[in-house]
Amino acid sequence: MKEIVKGKAYVVGDSIDTDQIIPAAHLVYSMTIPDERRMYGRYALSGLPKESQGLPDGNHAFTAEDSYESEYKIVIAGSNFGCGSSREHAPFSLMVAGAEAVVAESYARIFYRNAVDGGFIIPFEGRLKLTEVISTGDELTIESGAGLLTNHTTGHEYLLNPLGDVAEILRAGNVFEYARQAGLMD
Amino acid sequence: MGQTITQKILARNAERDRVSPGENIWVDVDILMTHDVCGPPTIDIFKREFGDSAKVWDKDKLVILPDHYIFTEDPHAMRNIELLRAFASEHDLPHYFDVGTSRYKGVCHVALAEEGFNRPGNVLFGTDSHTCTSGAFGLFSTGVGNTDAALIMGTGKIWVKVPETMRFVFEGSLPPYLMAKDLILSVIGDIGFEGGTYRALEFDGQAVFDLSMEERMTLTNMAIEAGGKNGIIAPDEKTFEHVRARTDAAFDPVYSDLNAVYHTEKVYDVSKMEPVVAKPHRPDNRATVSEVAGTKLDKAYIGSCTGGKYEDFLAAAQILEGEEVRVNTYVVPASTEVTKQLRENTLNGKTLWQVFLDAGCKMGHASCGACLGGPIDTFGRSEGEEIVISTTNRNFPGRMGSKLASVYLASPLTVAASAIHGVITDPREVLV
Repeated sequence: MKEIVKGKAYVVGDSIDTDQIIPAAHLVYSMTIPDERRMYGRYALSGLPKESQGLPDGNHAFTAEDSYESEYKIVIAGSNFGCGSSREHAPFSLMVAGAEAVVAESYARIFYRNAVDGGFIIPFEGRLKLTEVISTGDELTIESGAGLLTNHTTGHEYLLNPLGDVAEILRAGNVFEYARQAGLMD
Repeated sequence: MGQTITQKILARNAERDRVSPGENIWVDVDILMTHDVCGPPTIDIFKREFGDSAKVWDKDKLVILPDHYIFTEDPHAMRNIELLRAFASEHDLPHYFDVGTSRYKGVCHVALAEEGFNRPGNVLFGTDSHTCTSGAFGLFSTGVGNTDAALIMGTGKIWVKVPETMRFVFEGSLPPYLMAKDLILSVIGDIGFEGGTYRALEFDGQAVFDLSMEERMTLTNMAIEAGGKNGIIAPDEKTFEHVRARTDAAFDPVYSDLNAVYHTEKVYDVSKMEPVVAKPHRPDNRATVSEVAGTKLDKAYIGSCTGGKYEDFLAAAQILEGEEVRVNTYVVPASTEVTKQLRENTLNGKTLWQVFLDAGCKMGHASCGACLGGPIDTFGRSEGEEIVISTTNRNFPGRMGSKLASVYLASPLTVAASAIHGVITDPREVLV
């Protein structure tokens, strides 16, 4: 787990389901063959309707057309982020696009678990409705251990909820490393 | 202090006497299910972590049911079936149900029930969020991602956070115009689409035990639409009869203690409930059918793990028989077994299949179909700004294909009544 995550914010609203994070039609690509894997970066968050793409203005694609990587490192989201399907391709696509953390008001259970067990991104929880005070493009820093988010664009700081039990898995790297440490795998 | 059925099943598979909500525990998995979308990446991770020549932990406990992207020309989707086939052959897997053979089944959650893999008291994981469907048979079942599935494939174990349980008790006698879909959409509307997050949803009460196994599956299927970890119904004689007719495997049923502690308990009198829909674009956006009656439609869809079972079509056929649909209506049986029953069983002397054809419906092959959009050539996929009424389980933007489309979720009775009028219609208006 990275101690410091630094980069531009990409803000989305409430109830962003896995079809908006990675539309089902794109799930056919291999997650390991490099030429196909990068397609997950291209299509990450492409299911968002235009007006919901990068709040408050909308119309900012997460990954620019003809690109495979996003300029945004931190997704700021409302409640129930990642609801819907169990597709691990959802947190995976955010990672392939270059995102390192999500800060949501709340998560759907399977998305949260996939993010942690696969070690794809760090799923932080905010204490306030950060989607109302952070704008797409703001420059942010998150200190993971301290649970502190700094918005350099506005000069405000926000405390995040402690990661709790899952910090152990995130620190191990993924659930396999965690299971090895627990003596469940050779 | 007593424990719920969910706690007791998890405790047993963790070799513990009791477990408490909030604890993280490691459990032994009785069945792991995967399909064509999440199977190939699960296999990749399994090989990466356990080695190219690693064996699956127990091949009798691994069930692979391709079902998502089957009837498509998409070359990547076809390649994924090849990958499953090769893995099944390499590991000599007894429970691989190959596409293009007589073993092909269709939607995994319905096939698990048909093939006797849902066994009371078991722990079942699957790489699909609707794996919670299996809980209708009194087992703990939930959806996981590829990484967790790969860990199970190699070790037979997984960590679980023990959920609190929300108990929903349905009393009274179900009127003929209501189906399990109306009950579960009402629950989701009441508690919200994250009202069950991290929790078990247990369904109880005489009205639940009066339901057939298929209808019970509609209840547990949509536990995830309230954010639930699992949906569960205590097993009864109907459950045992269904399971014993399909497997010789031993099972040991578990029941909630009388003094079990619940997060919430909510009681419904089903005789006073109404047909409902979930309006676009969230499954908790509930309205009574009468509130949205008259809404103009472009398409109707009957299918999926939650709305494409035999009894779903039987209900729709009662309304469609002798009528003609006014909007494009797509019929997609969940499984090949459902297709067989539609072709064999009759209503007023006609096969159900013929009833749908005569009403002007378009008939598809057993699979997940357009429930989740899928490749561009998927049968029944939503297009443009269409307004769709569907028996499926999700209506987020783009779920059925087009992100500009609007989807109403409803029972097969409501969808059929709406299809023949071209506008959302209360089934009470057409049921005789």
